[in-house]
Amino acid sequence: MYPAQFEYEKAGSVSDAIDALSSNPEAELIAGGHSLLPTMKSGLADPDMLVDIGDVDELHGIDHGDGSTRIGAMVRYADVADDDTLREEAEVFAETAHQIGDFQVRNRGTVGGNIAHADPASDLPGAVLAADATMHVAGPDGERTVDADDFFHGMYATDVGEDELLTAVEVPHEGTAGAYAKKPNPASGYALVGVAVRLTMDGDTVTDARIGANGVMDHGTRLPDAEDAIEGTSLSADSIEAASDAAGSTLDEYMVMEDQQASAEFRLQLLGAYTERALAQAGERAGVL
Amino acid sequence: MATEETDHEDGVQAIDPDDVDTEDILGSAIERREDPALVSGEAEYTDDIQKPEMTHMAMVRSQYAHAEIEEVDTSAAEEMDGVVAVYTAEDLDVPGNLPVGWLLDSLEQVNHPILASDRVRYQGDAVAIVVAEERYQAHDAADAVDVEYERLDAVAHPGEALDDDAPVIHEEVGSNQAFDWEIGDQEATERAFEEAETTVSLDLHNQLLIPNAIEPRATVADYHPRTDELELDMTSQNPHVHRLLMSGVIDHPEHKLSIRAPEVGGGFGSKIHHYADEALTALAAKDLERPVKWTATRTETYITDAQGRGHETTGEMALDEDGNITGLRVHTEANMGAYLSTFAPSIPTYLYATLLSGQYEIPTIYCTVEGAFTNVPPVDAYRGAGRPEASYVVERLVRQAAREVDMDPAEFRRRNFVPGDGFPYETPVAMAYDSGDYQKTLDRAKEMLDYEEFRERQEQAREDGRYLGVGLSAYIEACGIAPSELVGELGAQAGLWESSVVRFQPSGTVTVYVGTSGHGQGHDTTYAQIVADKLGVDYDDIEVEEGDTDEIPQGMGTYGSRSAAVGGGAIVESAEKVIEKGRKIAAHQLEADPEDVEFENGEYQVAGAPDRSMTIQDVAGASYLAHDIPDDMEPGLEATSFFDPENFVFPFGMHAAIVEVDPDTGEIEFEEYVAVDDVGNQINPKIVEGQIHGGIAQGIGQALYESAEYDDNAQLTTGSMQDYAVPKSSHIPEIKTASTVTESPHNPLGVKGVGEAGTIAAPQAVVNAVVDALEPFGVEDIEMPLTNERVWRAIHENGGGD
Repeated sequence: MYPAQFEYEKAGSVSDAIDALSSNPEAELIAGGHSLLPTMKSGLADPDMLVDIGDVDELHGIDHGDGSTRIGAMVRYADVADDDTLREEAEVFAETAHQIGDFQVRNRGTVGGNIAHADPASDLPGAVLAADATMHVAGPDGERTVDADDFFHGMYATDVGEDELLTAVEVPHEGTAGAYAKKPNPASGYALVGVAVRLTMDGDTVTDARIGANGVMDHGTRLPDAEDAIEGTSLSADSIEAASDAAGSTLDEYMVMEDQQASAEFRLQLLGAYTERALAQAGERAGVL
Repeated sequence: MATEETDHEDGVQAIDPDDVDTEDILGSAIERREDPALVSGEAEYTDDIQKPEMTHMAMVRSQYAHAEIEEVDTSAAEEMDGVVAVYTAEDLDVPGNLPVGWLLDSLEQVNHPILASDRVRYQGDAVAIVVAEERYQAHDAADAVDVEYERLDAVAHPGEALDDDAPVIHEEVGSNQAFDWEIGDQEATERAFEEAETTVSLDLHNQLLIPNAIEPRATVADYHPRTDELELDMTSQNPHVHRLLMSGVIDHPEHKLSIRAPEVGGGFGSKIHHYADEALTALAAKDLERPVKWTATRTETYITDAQGRGHETTGEMALDEDGNITGLRVHTEANMGAYLSTFAPSIPTYLYATLLSGQYEIPTIYCTVEGAFTNVPPVDAYRGAGRPEASYVVERLVRQAAREVDMDPAEFRRRNFVPGDGFPYETPVAMAYDSGDYQKTLDRAKEMLDYEEFRERQEQAREDGRYLGVGLSAYIEACGIAPSELVGELGAQAGLWESSVVRFQPSGTVTVYVGTSGHGQGHDTTYAQIVADKLGVDYDDIEVEEGDTDEIPQGMGTYGSRSAAVGGGAIVESAEKVIEKGRKIAAHQLEADPEDVEFENGEYQVAGAPDRSMTIQDVAGASYLAHDIPDDMEPGLEATSFFDPENFVFPFGMHAAIVEVDPDTGEIEFEEYVAVDDVGNQINPKIVEGQIHGGIAQGIGQALYESAEYDDNAQLTTGSMQDYAVPKSSHIPEIKTASTVTESPHNPLGVKGVGEAGTIAAPQAVVNAVVDALEPFGVEDIEMPLTNERVWRAIHENGGGD
């Protein structure tokens, strides 16, 4: 279909973009365009103005620091997926980026666009939660940071205000191993269910587990019951099975997403199976299984 | 008839045509000559065409599946920037009714207006058109046309549509029954079931599919008022058929209408039919005296391209105590959609039920088919067109019957096959199979799968809690539908011959004009191979022209795997006429009796006198020079033929899949997929392989992923590729192919057709494999597409899985 008419403005800096958003409440930011353009073409969104932040220098670059790595909001998925250093530092984040879409999507879509859009079936929210990332958000009053656990509010809703923009994601260098197990929707490639895992090990023992799931609830969600079930145990097929059984146990089935491909009941079934796969893979990478 | 085998388990290697001698070119796996232009973007598609002063058309379509039109207000649209004209049904001064080209005795022929005036019958039915200077302006203005509707209840499924209390879609018919049709011997079949040792029955749903040609439909129309010539470039699989039909629809004389198909990006049947949009583009151009372009959006292709399949079937098989099939009884309710599309009535009748004998000797068959009007887009031919539905019914019932009599499905098939010495074979459903050796394809497939070893592995795996299954699909299809006299008796309002011209230029190069119209099949390559072989002319000296009513005498087009069998036959006939005329010229020049002049490898030679010879190129030169040709002969070297084959051709084969099913998630992994096909002689094995691969991908799409789903209001809920799962390369397994070659006696090339084979064979190979894997859970059937959830539920409801 054909989108309605709109104005287009290219922002030169973060403050340019914030000014444009503040002066026009109907304006939308456009990054890689992979989510916004299809919704405009199908008539689900018709912003008056698009503010293109794709060429804003401050939003680019991966900066490997001492305890964390700062990934600019406009960094492409492919650059994250191909960053071997990041894979050492925060395996779950790099691995998840690698599983997004296909080559074309990874060469075009941006980390910041994905996280700020907060599509519940997108891949990165689970990785943000599992990696315990910190979001950097800039607005008219300056920059602030938001913890992963406070960032996702609901379907397409985050802590980023209307005149704010996500500038970077900061990923800590923590955890022994990470993995992402994804069941793609055969039509769209989005996650019917995706489970991101970061395990911190002391020998065979799991000292810390962070598990984030996509595609199940209306926004990226931690799976605290599965985390509790695996933490403090020695990692084994049995402990992994116990954790997978716990994965969806306290999720409200009425709130679980449903679509053509999977009912809520079946999504919870997949959630267990994919939690098991993600934990097993992380265990293997940690050299335990 | 001899059956040869070829084996290409590791894939066919494409060859550079420069490395092949002319005498070896027919049957060589040469690279496709059309590909450099197609992959580099140089090829011209309809939407690439630009004309001076060209305008753009957009359609106003109903968002409801069934509604009365109360009022159409175009005033706001007419005022908008760039708008040239807005038309509603009232503004059209032509018959404007789309015809149906295949009649059945009981068929209810309903009006199919190109613009709806009083009622819309599917979501996407066109109500008005807007023409503007720019494409965006046309679409914006189409959005501004205000249509007031009174909504009516809608129905999407044939079974529900045939219920007494269903909303009636065409009031003049009084019900939703489009036709009621039968074939076979009812009495003998009833008797077979009464006397059967045992019977099996399955309710089988063959879901509606969306064709998804990569290029959406498009038309550029250009009218020349001084000469009354109306020129159309359009996405057509059969320009001459479109010209004939359109001349009636828009009331423009056929000889003043030219239709050209530029490059066409796939069709799968969806570009055979005559739709409203192309006629409306032509009318607008004629009225405005300016070129008009219309290109469907992807959304429009989802809601307006004729869809395929859509059968709800009950199939029953009668068996004796030895596991012989003694009878087959089938009742099908077929979704025809809101109107009858061009060839729609033939698809669930003559192209379906006549194939219900499959590869088997079945003493008696009886089939009834009810066509149902529903509020979905018209349903018509889609790759395979009736034959996949038939093969699905037969092969699913065969699997179930083998289980019922506790026999391995391979052995059950062997026992029931038409034997190798049983050809030609007359089925109880009006077909005479030309040739075949079904046991050979089964044996080859079993060997490739290591079938006996697999059964042991399967047993072992089940003990370990793993579920493997093998599925067989013994398919037969009827292609190259002919002869014209027969199809006329069956209701076709057209002959199904093909025409060609083979023309030498004076310099000795050749142009071939054929009435088929390729849209991805590689005809430029394969037809040139045929002509190079026949005339002994270098492959590079041959040009192939298709898809243009101004250049090609007549034609019926490309569909139903007919191009090689029928179009190829027409080319061979013209080439032979050219050779015969050339023989007379050569004899004259060589001062010999024509009967003593032999033609081989492009050279005429007087028998027994090797120094007295002339190349066919020199003969061509002499024919145009015309200084020294026989007295009673016209100059020039070309010939025209209309080839009407004596019968269909019947490709067949055995496809087999090995899958593993995860009982916890319903996920299906392919371990093997083997395809043993007999498509007769192969003109180009690389193109055959590509057709088989593509067909299988589409068949796996139907088995596992694709379905046009409609809600209670007959609104399409899988209206884009975000929701409708077209299979991707990662969904398709490695495919091992092999061939047997049984020549068809019905055309001069001995070819059988290959375009639809994979699509026909694959779905039941996959479904049978999954059902085989899940036998320990007592699962007998799962409805296509076999989504993970459906598979998981089938296991779960029988007490398996987590």
